[in-house]
Amino acid sequence: MHDHDTGIPKNPWSVFGYYVAVVAVLIFALFPFFYAISSSLKKGQALFTTSLWPAHPSLDNYIAVFKEQPFGANLLNSVIVATAVVAFSLGLSLLSAYALGRVSFRGRGTLMLCILSVSMFPQVALLSGLFELIRFLGLYDHLGALMLSDLIFTLPFTVWVLVTFIRDLPKELEEAAVMDGVGLFTLIFKIFMPLLWPAMVATSLLAFIAAWNEFLFALTFTLSSDERTVPVAIALISGASSFELPWGNLMAASVIVTVPLILLVLAFQRYIVSGLTAGAVKG
Amino acid sequence: MSTAREPVSVIGKQRRRQAWWLVLPTLLVLAATAGWPLARTIWFSLTDAQLQDLSARQFVGLANYIGEGGILRDGEWWHAVGNTLLFSVSTVFLETLIGLGVALLLNTPSRVQGLLRAAVLVPWAIPTVVSAKMWSWMLHDQFGIINAILVGLHLVDRGLAFTADPHLAFPTIIMVDVWKTTPFMALLILAALQMVPGDCYEAARVDGVPRWRVFRYITLPLIMPGILVAMIFRSLDALRVFDVIYVMTSNSHVTKSMSVYVREQLIDFQQVGYGSAAATLLFFIIALCTTLYMGLTRPRLDADR
Repeated sequence: MHDHDTGIPKNPWSVFGYYVAVVAVLIFALFPFFYAISSSLKKGQALFTTSLWPAHPSLDNYIAVFKEQPFGANLLNSVIVATAVVAFSLGLSLLSAYALGRVSFRGRGTLMLCILSVSMFPQVALLSGLFELIRFLGLYDHLGALMLSDLIFTLPFTVWVLVTFIRDLPKELEEAAVMDGVGLFTLIFKIFMPLLWPAMVATSLLAFIAAWNEFLFALTFTLSSDERTVPVAIALISGASSFELPWGNLMAASVIVTVPLILLVLAFQRYIVSGLTAGAVKG
Repeated sequence: MSTAREPVSVIGKQRRRQAWWLVLPTLLVLAATAGWPLARTIWFSLTDAQLQDLSARQFVGLANYIGEGGILRDGEWWHAVGNTLLFSVSTVFLETLIGLGVALLLNTPSRVQGLLRAAVLVPWAIPTVVSAKMWSWMLHDQFGIINAILVGLHLVDRGLAFTADPHLAFPTIIMVDVWKTTPFMALLILAALQMVPGDCYEAARVDGVPRWRVFRYITLPLIMPGILVAMIFRSLDALRVFDVIYVMTSNSHVTKSMSVYVREQLIDFQQVGYGSAAATLLFFIIALCTTLYMGLTRPRLDADR
C-alpha cells in the first residue's frame, strides 16, 4: 500500500480494515449479477436449488427465451432505438454545444437553463400530451414513438455535457480558424469535433445506456410484443400463472441484456466517469 | 470573443447571429417533444378527457383538483405522495452515506483500486428493470437464495415474502434502489474528493493530526458542496421513481409512488383528465425542487468566463 495522497498509515489494522471493506463492497456489487448468471445456466428442477453454481450448466434457458417470445426482435428494437437516439442527440447537440459553449450571445445562460430544466421534467407529466402527439403522428406502437420520446432526456444531457467540454478547449483555436476564413461547419465538424471525441464517446455511451434502459415510455407507447424493447419484454415475461414466472428464462434474458452494457461500461470506464461528473457536478 | 482586432469582432457579430440558428434545431425538438406535451397535459387536467377518444372532452375547470372526487381529496394520492417522499428521503440518505464510504475506499491508492472501481460500476450499468427482476428472484419467498441463507442461519422459520408482505415491500424496494444507485453517488463524491488539493493532507499529516479529524475538519467541508449538488440531483430522480416499483410490486397500494399513481390513472383507468391533473401536481412539486437546484448551481454557471 502506498500512502501518499490520502495519508493512510501503514498500520496493519488499517490495511486489514481496508481489505475487509473492499471484499464487502465487491460481494455486494457483484454477487447479484453472478447469481443471475448462475441461475440462467440452471436447467429444470436445478433452478429451485440455491446452489451457487449449477452441477450441469446448460444453455436451455437461453434457447427458450428466443423460442418462446420474439426476444430477437426485441433486442433489435432496442439497438435501433438506442442508436437512433444517440445519433440524433449527438448531431443536434454538437451544433448547439458550439453555439452555447464558444459564442457569447445574449440569452445564452437562459437558454442553457431552459435546456437543463427539460431534463428535470418528470416523464409521467408528459405522458398524456405525448400520447396525443404520437397518435397524431401515427407513431403509436412504432419504434419512432420511442426515438422521439427518448430525446426528451438524452438531448438536454448531451448538450450539457458537450458544452462543459467544449468550453474548456483553448480559445486560440477559433481565432486561428477565423483568421484563415474557415466556414462555420468546417470549424465545428473539422476542428472541434476531433478534439471533442473523448466527450463524445462518454456522452454517446451514457445516452445509449439511458435509451437502452428506458422503460416508462416504451411500456406506454408500444402494444404488440414485436415492437417492444428489451426492458419491457423482460418486465412482461409471464408464465402459465402469475405465480409461476419462468425464472430461468427471465435470468437468461437479463444476462443477455446486461452483458453488452457491462462490457461497454468497463471498456470505457474512464470516459463514463468523466461524462457523469461533467453532467452532474461541474454543471 | 471580444477581441480588439477588427476582422475578428466583425465575424464575432456574425457568429452571434449564427449561434441562434445553431441552437434552433435543439430548441425546436425540445419544444415539440417536451414543451408542447407538457402544455397539453396541463390543459387536459382541466378537462374530463378519456384515453379512448381524447378529442371528446369538456372543460371542467379545477374539478379534477378540488372537485367532489378531486385529487386533493383522494387519500390514495396523498398516500402516494407520502410513499414518494419517504422513498426519496430514505434512498438519498442511504445512498449518500454508503456512497461516501465507497468513494473514500475508491480514493485510497492500492493494488485493487482499479478492480474496485470496475466492480462498483457493475450495478450502475445494469438496467433498472433487470436489477428489479434479479432481486425479485434472489428474494423469492420459496426459492430465493436470501431466504435460504436466512433460514440456514435460523434467523427466520420460513421464507419471508419480501415483495408481498406489506411491512417488507417498501424497505425491499428501497434496498434494491440503494444497491443500483449507490455507485452513481459514489462516483460523484469521488470526483469531489479528487478535487481536494493534496497539500491539505500533507500539512495535516506533518502536524500529526488524527485521521478522522482530518476527514471531519478538512475533507468533509471541502467536498460538502459536491455532495449537496449530488444529493439534490438524486432527489429529483427519486421523486420521479417508477421503474423499480412498477416491476417489483406492480400497482400495489402499499408501495405506489406518485408516478405509478399517475400512470395507473392515465393508462389503466383511462382517466386522462384526472391523471393529467395528478401529473401536473407532480410536475410542480419537481419544478419547485429544480428551482432549488438551479439556485445552487447558478452562481457556478456565471463564474465561467
